[in-house]
Amino acid sequence: MPDAEWLFDGTLGILLLVLAGAALHARSLYAAVVMFIALGLMLALTWARLGAPDLALAEAAIGAGVTGALLFSTLYKAGMDRHKRATPNRIALLLPGLAFLLLLTAAWPLPEMHSPLPDQVMAHLKDSGVSHPVTAVLLNFRAWDTLLEVSVVLIALLGVRQLYPSHGEVPTPWPLMLAWGRLLAPLTVIVGGYLLWRGTDAPGGAFQAGTVLAAGGVALRLIGVLPPLGWHQWPVRLLVLAGVLVFVAVAALTAWLGQGWLHYPTGSSKVLILLIELMATASIATTLTLLVVGEKRELRP
Amino acid sequence: MMALAGFLLLTALAGLWRLLRGPTRADRLLPIQFFGTTGTTVLLILAQAQQQPALRIVALLLALLAAVVPIALVQYLRRVGD
Amino acid sequence: MTDWLALLSWVPLLAGAFFFLAGTVGLLRFPDIYSRLHAITKADTLGLGLVTLGLIMRAENWQAVAVMVLIWLLMMGSGATTCQLLARYQQDLEAPDADKEPVHARR
Repeated sequence: MPDAEWLFDGTLGILLLVLAGAALHARSLYAAVVMFIALGLMLALTWARLGAPDLALAEAAIGAGVTGALLFSTLYKAGMDRHKRATPNRIALLLPGLAFLLLLTAAWPLPEMHSPLPDQVMAHLKDSGVSHPVTAVLLNFRAWDTLLEVSVVLIALLGVRQLYPSHGEVPTPWPLMLAWGRLLAPLTVIVGGYLLWRGTDAPGGAFQAGTVLAAGGVALRLIGVLPPLGWHQWPVRLLVLAGVLVFVAVAALTAWLGQGWLHYPTGSSKVLILLIELMATASIATTLTLLVVGEKRELRP
Repeated sequence: MMALAGFLLLTALAGLWRLLRGPTRADRLLPIQFFGTTGTTVLLILAQAQQQPALRIVALLLALLAAVVPIALVQYLRRVGD
Repeated sequence: MTDWLALLSWVPLLAGAFFFLAGTVGLLRFPDIYSRLHAITKADTLGLGLVTLGLIMRAENWQAVAVMVLIWLLMMGSGATTCQLLARYQQDLEAPDADKEPVHARR
C-alpha cells in the first residue's frame, strides 16, 4: 500500500517541520519548551519508521524523558513567563540557509551510495563478544568514541556545577503522586535493567538504560522520596565517576597487559563490555539526575 | 495497517492546534499527553507492519516515560506557581 | 494467525481509530481545560486499548502479547493519573484556598 505509506510519511514530515518551526518561533519560553518535547516524541517515531530501533530508543528516552524535566527545571530557574528576544536578524538567517543547502547537496546522492562499513561490521561481529551490531560498534570497534562520550556527560555535569543557581523547596507532593511514583520506581529499574541486559543481542544499552533510571530518579526526588542529592555525598560522587574510571581502567589494562588500547582479549570481550556498560549505566543515570535536580548546597560545604 | 498509523498521525497533527494556541500552561501539556498515547500506539502498529519486534520495546519505554515524566513536570509547574 | 482472526481484528482497530478521532475533536472543541482533559485521557486510553486488542489478535508470539498488555496497563494508569495531576494543578491555580471538592461541584 504505497498510498498509506505516503500518508504516514507525509504527515510525520509536516508534524516535524511545524513543531520545529513553532519551537523556534514561539513567543514564550514555556511554549517553546513544550514544542521541543513534542518534537522529540515525533523524532522517536521518525527513527522507528526509518527502521532504526536503537536510535528510536535513545530519542524516546532522551527527548520524551529527561530533556523535558531538564528544560522545565531550567525554566523554573530562568522564569517561566520570560518572553523571547526581538525579531531575528535577517542576515543571520542566511547562514542556516546556506548550511541547509550544503546538507541537501551532501544528502542527495546518499540513497544510491553503498557503504562498505555494514559488511565489515557483520564480518567481524562474532569476534566482538556481542551479537548486536550496534553494540559491537559502540563498545568494541569504536569503544574509544564511547569513552569520550561518557566523559562528555561527566564534563557537562562539572560545568553545570559551577553555575548552579538556587534551588527552591520541593512542593509537598499530593498522596496520588507519592503512590504513583512509588509504583513506577521499581518499573523503571526493571525496564532499565532489561534495556541494559538486552543491549548485547538486541537494541538497547547503557545510555537508554541510564536515561530511564534518571527519569525515575528525578521523579522520586521531586516528590521527596529521595533525599537531596549533591556532589558532596561520596556515594553520589563514586557513582558519577564509576563509568569513566572503569572504562579508563579497562583501556589502560588492555594497553599495558594486552594487545593495545581498548583491544579486548579474545574470550573475555563480553564480560568486559557488560562491566563497562553496567558502570556507564550507573554513571549516566546519576549524572543526568544530578543535572536536573542536583542541590546547590554542595557549592559551599 | 500503515493507513491506520497515518490516520493516528493526522489526529496528532490536528491536536497540534491546541499546543500552538494554549491558552493555559496545562492546556499546552495536554497535547504532550496525547502525543505520548498516539506515539505509543503508532509504534505498536509499526512493530507489526514493519515486522520489527524491537519497536515494541520502544513503545514500552515511551509508555513508561509518559507515566513518569508528568510527575516531574507538574511538580515544577507547582513550584513556579507558589 | 488465522485469516478470520485477522479479519475480525479490524473491528477493534477501527473502533480504536474512532476513539482517537473523538479524543482529538474533544481536545480541539471542548470549552475548558477540565473537559478537554476528560476527552483526551478517557477517549485516547480507550483508543489505545482497542488498537492494542486488535494487534494482540494478530500477534505472532506470546512475548509480543505480554509486552502489549504491559503497555496497555501502564497507559491506563498513566492516563488516569496524569489527568488528575493536571486537573489538580489547574484547580490550585484557580482557587488555591478552596477545599478539595470534586472539580465539577464548583464549576
